[in-house]
Amino acid sequence: MTTPTLRLIDVEKSFGPTAVIMGVSLDVTTGSRHAIIGPNGAGKTTLFNLVSGRFPLSAGRIELHGRRIDGLDPHEITRRGLSRSFQVTSIFSRMSVFENIRCGLLWSRGYRYSFWHLLGRERALNEAAERLLADVNLEARRDLPAGLLSYAEQRALEIGITIAGGADTVLLDEPTAGMSRSEADHAVALIRRITAGKTLVMVEHDMSVVFDLADVVTVLVYGQVIASGPPAEIRANRAVQDAYLGAPVETGIA
Amino acid sequence: MSESAVGTTAAPLAAGRAGGLLRRQWPWLATLAFALVVPWFFYDWTTGRHSGFVVAMLSQIGIMVIFALSYNMLMGQAGLLSFGHAVLLGLGGYITAHAITASKAGTLPLPLEVTPLVGGLGGLFFAIVLGYFATKQRATAFAMITLGIGELITACALMFQTFFGGEGGVSTNRMTGHSLFGLGYGGSIQVYYLIVAWTAISIALMLLLTRTPLGRMANACRDNFERAQFVGYDPRLVRFFQFALSGFFAGIAGALYTLTYEIVTYDTVAASMSANALLMTYIGGVGVFAGPVIGAVLIVLLQSWVSLLSNSWLVYAGVLFILMVTFAPGGIGGLVMIHQPIWRARRLGRLAGPYLRLLVPALLVVVGFVLVVELCSFLTIGAAQGKSFTLSRVTIEPHTPLPWAVAAVLLVGGGLWLRHAAGRFALAWHAVVDEIKAAGMRA
Amino acid sequence: MEVLLVSLLNGLVYGMLLFMLASGLTLIFSMMGVLNFAHASMYMLGAYFAYSVSRVIGFWPALVVAPALCGVLGALIEMYALRRVHRNGHIAELLFTVGLAFIIEKATQMAWGLLPVPYRVPPVLDRALFHVYGSNFHAYRAFMLLISVLMFVAIWLLLTRTRIGLVIQAALTHPEMVGALGHNVPRVFTIVFAGGSTLAGLAGVIGGNYLVTEPSMAATMGPIVFVVVVFGGLGSLAGCFIASLIMGLVQTFAVVLDVSFADLLARLGVTISPTTPLAEVLTIPLPRVGALLPYLMLILVLLIKPRGLMGTRDT
Repeated sequence: MTTPTLRLIDVEKSFGPTAVIMGVSLDVTTGSRHAIIGPNGAGKTTLFNLVSGRFPLSAGRIELHGRRIDGLDPHEITRRGLSRSFQVTSIFSRMSVFENIRCGLLWSRGYRYSFWHLLGRERALNEAAERLLADVNLEARRDLPAGLLSYAEQRALEIGITIAGGADTVLLDEPTAGMSRSEADHAVALIRRITAGKTLVMVEHDMSVVFDLADVVTVLVYGQVIASGPPAEIRANRAVQDAYLGAPVETGIA
Repeated sequence: MSESAVGTTAAPLAAGRAGGLLRRQWPWLATLAFALVVPWFFYDWTTGRHSGFVVAMLSQIGIMVIFALSYNMLMGQAGLLSFGHAVLLGLGGYITAHAITASKAGTLPLPLEVTPLVGGLGGLFFAIVLGYFATKQRATAFAMITLGIGELITACALMFQTFFGGEGGVSTNRMTGHSLFGLGYGGSIQVYYLIVAWTAISIALMLLLTRTPLGRMANACRDNFERAQFVGYDPRLVRFFQFALSGFFAGIAGALYTLTYEIVTYDTVAASMSANALLMTYIGGVGVFAGPVIGAVLIVLLQSWVSLLSNSWLVYAGVLFILMVTFAPGGIGGLVMIHQPIWRARRLGRLAGPYLRLLVPALLVVVGFVLVVELCSFLTIGAAQGKSFTLSRVTIEPHTPLPWAVAAVLLVGGGLWLRHAAGRFALAWHAVVDEIKAAGMRA
Repeated sequence: MEVLLVSLLNGLVYGMLLFMLASGLTLIFSMMGVLNFAHASMYMLGAYFAYSVSRVIGFWPALVVAPALCGVLGALIEMYALRRVHRNGHIAELLFTVGLAFIIEKATQMAWGLLPVPYRVPPVLDRALFHVYGSNFHAYRAFMLLISVLMFVAIWLLLTRTRIGLVIQAALTHPEMVGALGHNVPRVFTIVFAGGSTLAGLAGVIGGNYLVTEPSMAATMGPIVFVVVVFGGLGSLAGCFIASLIMGLVQTFAVVLDVSFADLLARLGVTISPTTPLAEVLTIPLPRVGALLPYLMLILVLLIKPRGLMGTRDT
């Protein structure tokens, strides 16, 4: 009997008079690959923002490993082992690619606000950063300012920073958005490799990615969950087809 | 750096490391050597005395270098714009003044060489207290809070006698009789060498700080504070620690100020001093570590020389500042850095001609502008002070139309020519850059 | 009692003057994100232009010409300088306005000298309008009140009844959206900047002879206006109005009430002697601290309620 890693219980969110999330309950089991899909404006990114602490909840609870995390600051939630990537790439644009990844590693390695460690001398830290750099295939771009990378490379760096801290629960917000087919395939392979053994929740629009990676799919429409289950089940679901996917002959996805 | 034939493996390794240090940091070491030697270029061998003017100017440079670098810890490294940084310099200065007086009286025997540390700790203390509030906010709100704090402390310095000495300030005598090296510090040259020592220490420490976790996370919070949160850091605490440490170094600068001038008044905490830090750091360049050093040297030199010749030194500084903000936000350091790839590709010579062709119209515009400013200045302020506008024994009369006409021609004509030359220069620049890119791609 | 009523009236007049200044700054700050340090410099230029112009053609034409000059200057600055600096980010824009304020102050010193200039109230208004409890209510103050109210009505009509006014209102709270909807945002920015400068100039024209016209008047007035803008909150002219009045009243009463913290403690039975620690701080009378109140308020607002009274956005 495993407790789900992440639980959303009757979560609601309104911005002023506008209700965006209306009573969402969700369980994410440990080690699963959980995709959240739905039409634009359904509230998927808002849900991520609520879980990661960027916005406060209007009502409901969010639990990580059985402890409440709603109301905590983003950095506190990150320290508890939940990290996220952003839909609009969020990196340290003036620092080098290597420094970006190293920054992602610092807290989890216990450096905190130290001003007495010289980073150049920290062998274990630097080796870990080099390994991660290799994992995301950005070794060739090691010393380039991150703002100068290509779009797909920045997305890869984004993912690298996200998992650098060793979080066991990873939220990826549209990781393949704006990528070509081959770039997306590379990204999927990277994600699969890099999140092995972790719990992954991702928002995606690319159905081939979803049906490739996910074990569980949740469909969010107008701030409410209309279906949740294994991919095949979701694909066949009438309500989901009406709201989002379209009839079977139109999807044509292998 | 001796290499002994008989030695353990540690000796060659240490020698190698020292050699590496020399190779990498030779600009700093060369500057240090220069700083040690330069007063002697102006030494009057007949009277056996140093040039008071030169030593005073050099001491000022040392103090301002530390001050500007500490300011850049906030501005360039953490992305924090502070309008009240002088508060930390001044409060460090006031505390040092009291400490020196106590040392002289015997209640607190403190070697004079150590007093900058007292100033530093004072600056650190006040930076912690004030920074606790200021760093609760970021960006514009932070800037406004520092503005308010600066004005409040300035007003306190004017009003209160006990700590601040009111309008008269706090005077002290640096000849306390306590010294690690048995020096009297009566003459300004001894104080200058003390300043050089502390400047070198401060530069080294601030440089090392940029390579620590806190230093890097300060950069990260500057670039993207949300991302910093999502790698586990509280940006507020990063700001707070960075602010506190910058106060430490500002306090050291304040202590050296007290040692040099033996008096601290309200204008060491006032907005004009904070503006000075902003000016030096920005013009020197916020994106390069050595930028503020360049800015401090430049501004102090200009201030010392131009103010001998003209009342309007501040106007020129202001115009330089605005030009930098508009056209070269990276400052002088930034301008140097954009030439780096061209220099590495050995094509810098190609720009020599275009630069020369730019220089002539630029000079005309500068002369025209200076002429206008000086004419205006002598028309109103100078007239009130009874001075006349003389240029190497030629008196220029601001009430006649001729000088104004000359100035107008220089400004307008030179300006149009400059615009044309700038366009041609941009073409030459882009040609060189495109060539380098193409070569890079082929290689 | 008479002190109260007179101070109330004076505070209102001063508050309306502040509103004239702060409303322009709120509009500029809310729409363009630029905290214009040179705004108070326009106030100063308005006073100086009015002084010079009124010596040639009289006060009444100067009332129109001087603000117009400020408006033109504002438009030129926005079009040819600020727009360029905008590319370099918010901090660069802020620093540009800081440098501009500095240069304007120095230029003013060079053009008109270091000492205050004798910019006087026009003789026709230089008398008492009516008597209140033995003191005179000066006619010029009534004139100032009249101009401020007229200006307030004019702004209100402009913003609510004209098309450009509606665009400005929208851009106050959602500047990016307004651009996305296809409005010529750069032109709106120029209009707002020029308009704000005109208002500041007008405030200078009527305030410069009421207060004093000297090169440091921008540096003195500037922080007070910042406090009002922050206190009232971004994106809200109504908040700005209330904050201006509160500020005007606070500053006026602070000068009038000659009490100190020590007096307050004495009422509670605590006596302060010269040897009490911090005696110096506690015995300072309020009028001396009066100049500090804006800064204190600025800090407190930013720490406690950064959105201000009625702000819709963060600074």
